[in-house]
Amino acid sequence: MTSDETRNRDRAAGVVAGVDTPAVNGDLAIRLRGVVKRYDEITAVAGLDLDVPTGTCVGLLGPNGAGKSTTMRTLTGQSIADEGEVEVLGFRLPEESKQARAQLGVAPQLDNLDVTLTVEQNLLVFSHLYRIVRHERHAAIERALEMAKLVDRRATRVDKLSGGMRRRLLIARALVHRPRLVLLDEPTVGLDPQVRQELWALIDALRAEGTTILMSTHYIEEAQRLADSVVIMSHGKAVAKGPPAELVAEHAGREAIEVYGAPAKLAEVEASARAEGFRTRRTGTSVSVLGIEGADGRAPDEGERRAANLEDVFVLLTGEQID
Amino acid sequence: MAVATPPRPAKIGRLERPALTGVLVREIVNYSSYWRASAFSSTVEPTLYLLAFGFGFGSIVSTIGGYDYVEFVATGTVATAVLFSSAFPAMFGTYVKYAFQRTYDAILAAPVDTEELVSAEALWMAMRASVYGCVPLVVGIVFGLEPSWGMLVVPFIAFVSGFGWACFGIAVAGFSKSIDNFSYIVSAVLTPLFLLAGTFFPLDQMPEWVQALSLLNPLHHTVQLVRNAVFGFAGWTDFLRFGFLIVFGLAMWRVAIRAMTRKLID
Repeated sequence: MTSDETRNRDRAAGVVAGVDTPAVNGDLAIRLRGVVKRYDEITAVAGLDLDVPTGTCVGLLGPNGAGKSTTMRTLTGQSIADEGEVEVLGFRLPEESKQARAQLGVAPQLDNLDVTLTVEQNLLVFSHLYRIVRHERHAAIERALEMAKLVDRRATRVDKLSGGMRRRLLIARALVHRPRLVLLDEPTVGLDPQVRQELWALIDALRAEGTTILMSTHYIEEAQRLADSVVIMSHGKAVAKGPPAELVAEHAGREAIEVYGAPAKLAEVEASARAEGFRTRRTGTSVSVLGIEGADGRAPDEGERRAANLEDVFVLLTGEQID
Repeated sequence: MAVATPPRPAKIGRLERPALTGVLVREIVNYSSYWRASAFSSTVEPTLYLLAFGFGFGSIVSTIGGYDYVEFVATGTVATAVLFSSAFPAMFGTYVKYAFQRTYDAILAAPVDTEELVSAEALWMAMRASVYGCVPLVVGIVFGLEPSWGMLVVPFIAFVSGFGWACFGIAVAGFSKSIDNFSYIVSAVLTPLFLLAGTFFPLDQMPEWVQALSLLNPLHHTVQLVRNAVFGFAGWTDFLRFGFLIVFGLAMWRVAIRAMTRKLID
């Protein structure tokens, strides 16, 4: 982002009354250190370290129950960490969570829109909650409507909208005050592929604007496509961090070969690949042999060659399958 | 990498007007979509009580304590209207918004804390109670209740009482694990308080222990204050009654904040 763009952004963010807007200079928007959150016997987050640099999109990837949503709630002050340090936009939580929330936008996983209100009324309510000054309110709502492509639906009641439109409205609601940081909790879960593509375009536009995004997802493709950097979570911990391509190269190599067949055959392929020093992973109907580039002669001579991907990394590191 | 530069001391504190306004705006905008049903249930029910008791018993009992029975009940059912338009919507509305609509999760993601959320919700219900509470008086006037200057104080009494009852309802919702548990509160707490408020019959004929317990009943004080406002204030005892309602409201306010904080922040 150029310095002019940064200045414009800060000025626009200044429409939030009574809230200062610190400079954005490649600092950390989110910093978690050793965060632990327990619910009775269950440890939902188990010593999480997480850095989200400003102006980047970080994907929090993990299966259900990995601690992603608890982490998100911790960042909004709705869940208080039992141990560790939480800093959001330079504010220490939970003490200064309200200050942080003034500059934060949240699109939750579960739809909590006011369904009997119109699209515009929902945005109006949140323009008040986010303290947008009166003379800027109309422009802020218009901008959010345009960004979410809901201008034509402004007068439609929420309960008359499709699932995809409701999700876009949730994101528009999170953006109405031009937040410096946006938390997207499973932004496309449960949506059909076409609607998912639309939302990806919306998130991509946010990225292009330089908005810092932390997005939890359990869709590999989503993380790989949108995130500058990915944090893979399992059992409340970060088990790997880095740009998707680097994570793949580091843990799964460049290429994989996927062999299909009967269970006995898959077991045989798996055993021989491991004997040759390859890493393997099973799916329901196939076995993937990873890091086969430059290993002609040693790799299985049947199966389909494909590029290694983030899912290979995830399964290798956690032993869990994800969607 | 350095952490983002901390801002100057932010102008954000407790019980801020923008936060309270934000929650109130949400309620007002929402109210535009359901005001008919809300106004209907909150006013028609007490009015039916007024008509049924006023004209039902009124045909048998002409006067009580020197008042025409219809006038006695018309002033008493103000408290009923306050209760019905504050405690009940607070209980059910809060639970629905918390558990089913997840509205509070959305609000608390904005710069609003639980204290402000509870306060604004209670203020909104108190405002409604102050309006709905006057309906029985209007109906009473139609049926012969003499208008008086003291009636102008009734919305204020209804507001203070409604605030306490709204906080009571929010607290019940905050402590309840299931909406089914509200039945216990309605049957074991609200109904006895409602019946022993002095709305339909004077309490001075009741056993002494009932009269003593009624002094702890905010609904009884609401009934008496409204009656005295309409027919003539009773001096310092009215100040004590009003003070009791304020203490009730403040105590319930803190309890409601505590209950909802436990519910919403884990």
